[in-house]
Amino acid sequence: MNLNDIILAIEKNKISLIVALVYIIFAPIIGGLLAGIDRIITARMQNRVGPPLLQPFYDVFKLFSKKTMWINRFQGPFVFCHLIFMICTGALFFEGRDILLIIFMLSVASIFFILAAYCTSSPFSIIGAERELLLIMAYEPMILIMLVGFYKVVGSFKFYEIILSGKHLILYLPGVFLGFLYVLTIKFRKSPFDLSYSHHAHQEITKGITTDLSAKSLAVIEISHWYENVFLFGLIFIFFSSFNWILAIIITLFVYFFEILIDNTYARVKWEWVLKSSWAVALIAGGGNIILLYLLNIK
Amino acid sequence: MSFLKKSPWLIHYDGSSCNGCDIEVLACLTPVYDIERFGIINTGNPKHADIFLITGSINHQNEPIVKNIYNQMPNPKVVVAVGICATSGGIFAECYNVKGGVDKVIPVDVYVPGCAARPESIIDGVVKALGVLEEKYKNIKKKDHH
Repeated sequence: MNLNDIILAIEKNKISLIVALVYIIFAPIIGGLLAGIDRIITARMQNRVGPPLLQPFYDVFKLFSKKTMWINRFQGPFVFCHLIFMICTGALFFEGRDILLIIFMLSVASIFFILAAYCTSSPFSIIGAERELLLIMAYEPMILIMLVGFYKVVGSFKFYEIILSGKHLILYLPGVFLGFLYVLTIKFRKSPFDLSYSHHAHQEITKGITTDLSAKSLAVIEISHWYENVFLFGLIFIFFSSFNWILAIIITLFVYFFEILIDNTYARVKWEWVLKSSWAVALIAGGGNIILLYLLNIK
Repeated sequence: MSFLKKSPWLIHYDGSSCNGCDIEVLACLTPVYDIERFGIINTGNPKHADIFLITGSINHQNEPIVKNIYNQMPNPKVVVAVGICATSGGIFAECYNVKGGVDKVIPVDVYVPGCAARPESIIDGVVKALGVLEEKYKNIKKKDHH
């Protein structure tokens, strides 16, 4: 079945809210499974067997059965708001709302996560929060340039309208996609850009931004990370949506595999380098792409 | 049923160990033993950990640190003393600065003897600790019920 037909049917029957509901219910399942696959692939790349596929779910269920140590009264609401805004971000995206608004929502979610880390007195947690702010500074310009690119080509900020336009976005915006791929490493929390918090073993700042989170609060962060990942898959999907949708999903998964490969082959870099390089890539690849579109007046 | 058994995260602290046991603990993470197969992760953070793995004996300097790490771990939690120094003080037991095994300052649930303890016996000790962890979880739940 054609993706355009599906979207037209959704819009005609006004069931976009159901799509959002489907996201809210199934995103943690998909995100958790992909996290499990990620861990197995990572282990295989390191010549290990790796954990079972459902390990991320075991971890989260275990965290829920432990006693949470709340550091103060503020931590809980901040962590909870992080999850709520992350769910809203993805739900509005798949409901076909304005992506510009959604990216701001994503930033709000990140800010709540940072506040949850800042409200404690652990130096590791605070350094993690500072680094997370730096990472937001590093990736945000590229994300905004990407949105400008979408608007330039399609004339809309909406998920459904971009897909319905049937334009091969990847052919119009190859530079923008490259830049997006670069900052995606930050968003997926992959090495070399996992400055604030790494999924692997421990790092120089212990567990960074999540150091003072325990049991239930950590589980909530993990779940919202799954929601975020599925939303990011949606953003990658947009670039290839004009092809057959099965092919687009396969390419999206391949991009994820590429991120895992990068994660396992590069060592963590210093924050100056992250900031400089991601801005340079955003300006040259992303900005250059958009300037070319204007100069050549490509429609 | 709880999922504690399927995802035990541990924190490793080196008391005054000669590094023999520490190397063996780290060897468990390598492709040869790969403890991540059992969902075990070596976190550096007491607040994320379920199992406290200590190597080396306790002296007056590391006593407050061991207590601090133990107190920062959320319940239910277990302590595994790895190597003969951590279980009883070993050959250092008579030293003027050494207090003895880990059980002098915090309650120990599993003792793994050896000098140095082999990775197989460390993994065995951790698996044994999982049983204790499950029991503690049930006790906490029972207490919450009453």
